[in-house]
Amino acid sequence: MAEPIPGGIVIEGLRKRYGQGDTAVDALKGVDMRVAPGEVVGLVGPSGSGKTTLLKCLGAVIEPTAGRMTIGDRVIYDDHWKIRDLRALRRDLIGFVFQAPYLIPFLDVTDNVALLPMLAGVPNAEARRRALELLDALQVSHRAKAMPSQLSGGEQQRVAIARGLVNRPPVILADEPTAPLDSERALAVVRILNDMAAQFRTAIIVVTHDEKIIPTFRRIYHIRDGVTHEEAGEGRLPPPA
Amino acid sequence: MISLAGRDILHAWGKFVFTGVGLGLLIGVTLTMAGVYRGMVDDARVLLDNSGADLWVVQKDTLGPYAEPSSVPDDAWRSLRALPGVAEAANITYLTMQVGHAGRDFRAMVTGIADGGPGTPGWPPRLVAGRHLTRGHYEVVADEASGLALGDVVRIRRNNYRVVGLTRRMVSSNGDPMLFIPFRDAQQAQFQKDNDALLAQRRRTALNPAFDRPGVPGLREAVDALQSGNHQANAVLVRVAPGTDPAELAARIRRWTHLGVHDRAQMDAILIGKLIATAARQIGMFLVILAVVSAAVVAFIIYTLTMGKVREIAVLKLIGTRDRTIAGMILQQAIALGLIGFAVGKIVATFWGPHFPKYVLLLPQDAVTGLLAVVVICTLSSLVAIRAALRVDPAEAIGG
Repeated sequence: MAEPIPGGIVIEGLRKRYGQGDTAVDALKGVDMRVAPGEVVGLVGPSGSGKTTLLKCLGAVIEPTAGRMTIGDRVIYDDHWKIRDLRALRRDLIGFVFQAPYLIPFLDVTDNVALLPMLAGVPNAEARRRALELLDALQVSHRAKAMPSQLSGGEQQRVAIARGLVNRPPVILADEPTAPLDSERALAVVRILNDMAAQFRTAIIVVTHDEKIIPTFRRIYHIRDGVTHEEAGEGRLPPPA
Repeated sequence: MISLAGRDILHAWGKFVFTGVGLGLLIGVTLTMAGVYRGMVDDARVLLDNSGADLWVVQKDTLGPYAEPSSVPDDAWRSLRALPGVAEAANITYLTMQVGHAGRDFRAMVTGIADGGPGTPGWPPRLVAGRHLTRGHYEVVADEASGLALGDVVRIRRNNYRVVGLTRRMVSSNGDPMLFIPFRDAQQAQFQKDNDALLAQRRRTALNPAFDRPGVPGLREAVDALQSGNHQANAVLVRVAPGTDPAELAARIRRWTHLGVHDRAQMDAILIGKLIATAARQIGMFLVILAVVSAAVVAFIIYTLTMGKVREIAVLKLIGTRDRTIAGMILQQAIALGLIGFAVGKIVATFWGPHFPKYVLLLPQDAVTGLLAVVVICTLSSLVAIRAALRVDPAEAIGG
């Protein structure tokens, strides 16, 4: 059994089977991953390779069939869920950044970010203070009172990253976070993710098939037919223009 | 925690307000229907109150004079007046008919009131303009709902009557305005045959040998006089003397006369329980249908609004929002929609109610009941949307 990483995420032999009997499909056939705090790793693979299934298992959205998953020193899954309240788990331990920002259209930027701590019971004023702090770090605090529809694509994605980070989760799952962006903005998002990982000691898994950003990862997990293979990446992140 | 429902409503307030206005018009119709029923009940009670009677003496075994035809001798009031415990007794006739005025006609309840003065049973208790009847013929006191003005001339059967006084809220249980005319004129209007009918009747009497017997002079003339005369009233209104039990007096009248008697409680039951019962059931059915339609509309609107936010709901669930927070958001929106609709409905019902041809009585307790019903209907209607929202898979927020 692999040693848990303090603050990081470790997955061993994770399997997921859909259906039963003759129609059963093994989407994940024993996935192993280790991501340390402050590290940003890429998860790449073709369509149908099991990327999304793995992301859903990591996000405690669907239940794996077998395997083990730990976040920090907490065992999340060990052939069955070890935590009953998966919503609280997602709220407190996992941050999500989606392909599209999916901001709540009826909340302004600050409250979109502050909503998570509010859901966790943090008083509104404190939740907003935390949100503004992060928005400042992500250089979108000047749009704090704007509605999502008033933001550019890049600004929306930065707000979405702020939302993923606001509860200081040890793990962030980013699902194609740069897909809708041009090269410059895509690299800017990757820089932000790296900065945030370093600043908040967060383990970040970026699911992508975006050729523009794959060279930026120091470690990459390739997934094909439900099995992952680890390899070293270039780790080449150009400085901002 | 911020109010997600409130923020969503403020964000899309135009859609919400317009939807609420649409729902409000439906609620306005519902409140008005209830008001129409209340108005009918009130009209019936006002009719009884304004008659000034404690007892209604009518033809035996009838529910007259309002719910069934009733005919009593027009001298019965004298023997009733002589009974101990009777303070006043007066003949009355009621005839709902078309009344002509200025080349058009309208429906009215023509009421024949006995000689006397203000305070006599059957007389209008108060006027808003003009004076009471003072002449024995061809004067009328009309309710202002008839649209008549002082000095106007109306045609009732063969005679013209000049309006000398106006009343307010003096209407029949059907909402027709009352026209008060002298009792003798009303008897003629209700019972007198036309000239051709009288001549035909006299010819038939002359040909009957039983009425033309030798040795009985004047018999045929007496029969003719009886047949062409009008000696009927619809009822006698009795006011009970202070200290007399109306039920006891009614029992005495039943025992000593061959007439029927209804006290106030019985008349109330006859008018509300029988005369307007069918209309009340009709309105009740409308209210049920409108409630069902309102519920369906709210359910559809809330369901549509919720289904338009599936992605947001999936994100909310993925980031850890509890089911009860999401359910609360939908429920609050449904109730808010209902409250907007109720406010609009109450306002429009208040504005358009007075323009209805019949009296619409919007009671505060009906408004409170309506508000509670709206909240209950909205709560129940939101269940479909809540169920759909809770079935949204948080995985929908993740691509693939």
